[in-house]
Amino acid sequence: MTTPTTPAISPGAGAAVLSASASGLGIEYTNVEKRYGAVRALRPTSLTIAPGEFVALLGHNGSGKTTLLRLTAHLARPTAGTIQFHGPAGPESASAARRRLGVVAHATMLYDDLTADENLQLFARLYAIPDPAAAITARLAAAGLLERRADLVRTFSRGMRQRLTLARALLHNPGLLLFDEPTTGLDPAGSGWLARELSRLHHSGCTILMSTHQGGEVTALATRTITLESGRVVRDSSSAAIPGCAPSSSFPGASA
Amino acid sequence: MSSRPQSAADSLSSSSSTSFTSSTSSTPFVTSVLTILSKEIRTELRTRELLVTTAAFALTVVFMFSFSFDPTSAESRRYGPGLLWIAFLFAGTLMLEPAFLREQANDTLSALRLSPIPPTAILLGKTLSNFLFLAITEALLIPVFAVFYNVSVLPVLPGIALVCLLGTIGIVVPGTIFSAVTAHARMRELLLPLLLLPILTPILIAATEATAAFLSDPPEWPAMALKLLAGADIIFLTAACLLFDSLLEE
Repeated sequence: MTTPTTPAISPGAGAAVLSASASGLGIEYTNVEKRYGAVRALRPTSLTIAPGEFVALLGHNGSGKTTLLRLTAHLARPTAGTIQFHGPAGPESASAARRRLGVVAHATMLYDDLTADENLQLFARLYAIPDPAAAITARLAAAGLLERRADLVRTFSRGMRQRLTLARALLHNPGLLLFDEPTTGLDPAGSGWLARELSRLHHSGCTILMSTHQGGEVTALATRTITLESGRVVRDSSSAAIPGCAPSSSFPGASA
Repeated sequence: MSSRPQSAADSLSSSSSTSFTSSTSSTPFVTSVLTILSKEIRTELRTRELLVTTAAFALTVVFMFSFSFDPTSAESRRYGPGLLWIAFLFAGTLMLEPAFLREQANDTLSALRLSPIPPTAILLGKTLSNFLFLAITEALLIPVFAVFYNVSVLPVLPGIALVCLLGTIGIVVPGTIFSAVTAHARMRELLLPLLLLPILTPILIAATEATAAFLSDPPEWPAMALKLLAGADIIFLTAACLLFDSLLEE
């Protein structure tokens, strides 16, 4: 098995590097900061994530991992700074990027009182997916839930819910996947399954940004680790820079 | 072997043979609203949490009031509309609280917000479902009111229906907004009525006056009250559409 060809972060590569993958989205954070009143959830942070990278965000609870993911998903607005997405054709608007975003969080984001099929139908309609029936059947089959498609989600085990959550997140063929503590509550078998799926997604060229406060099989897959502490990047394995690392400076023109 | 042998869409399982390269197109606004509405109706039909409890509560209110005094037709025409709209208001407050609370359990509101639909579509879908559920409660309550309070509603039913239409919009639009605002708050059970009832006072007064005018002998056309209700509805709807996006933000 070959190793994934994550685009290298090289000085001067510019927007071309950010747009290198046919399917992955690149992200550029420029002095992004988030405050909740007096609390600084995320201190000014500048980072660049290339298309196809698998980045693990490490840190203790309250270190700012989830805040960074929520800002990336546009579920929260930065107090300062900008987040720019780069697709295959260059910079993408926030609304265009949102179409290519898949999120798997600790909460399942599924309706317990709807069946697995109804949950996917709902999101297929919202994303205007062409031929939703075929897409849903394929996703449920891939998640091993085809036989349970007519069952209410409330009857599912944690592992089954997590598989359905991933099926929902992948339904619209995202180029960027955000995972917030995806292994929480999963048994070793469930974590192993998730690790295999993440590996496949990474090989497909999808950009993955995953937060976790524990190591293990899933974290070991990441090609880059960024450690956050008290809302600040304290370690970035790819740049070897400690606080205040700003690899975005090596992408002239990327912020256009 | 290529390092990128398949698209992201195909990666959940290597056994998946279907490819979805052009993933999505634009979602029409009306489709988005109807999708949210159908989800709400489906959930309610399955759980029967809102309609059963709210209708039972409103019927109990009307029933209890009927024993507090001996309503003759004249007294009923005088006090009945007020009692009726207080019952609608209490029922609405009870019904509106879970509108966004239901989305809290599994953070499904975030999933809706992540989807490429305008936030207004979420608001309108929720508002339409709340309108439908409250209208059903009102439809159940009005015949009971007519029987217990000895009021003849049938001859003026179109007029009463018009008041109910305008009044119900006036209750559910700000109610749905405040339901979203209070969903994250502690003491939300108290907070929603505290925020909502003062704002709904003009609706309550106008709807009561309009209903009383229709039930008077002979019936009158309550032009001023209906204009007030329609005006309040337009203001609430406009403000809701303008503010909803930022209300959902944090």
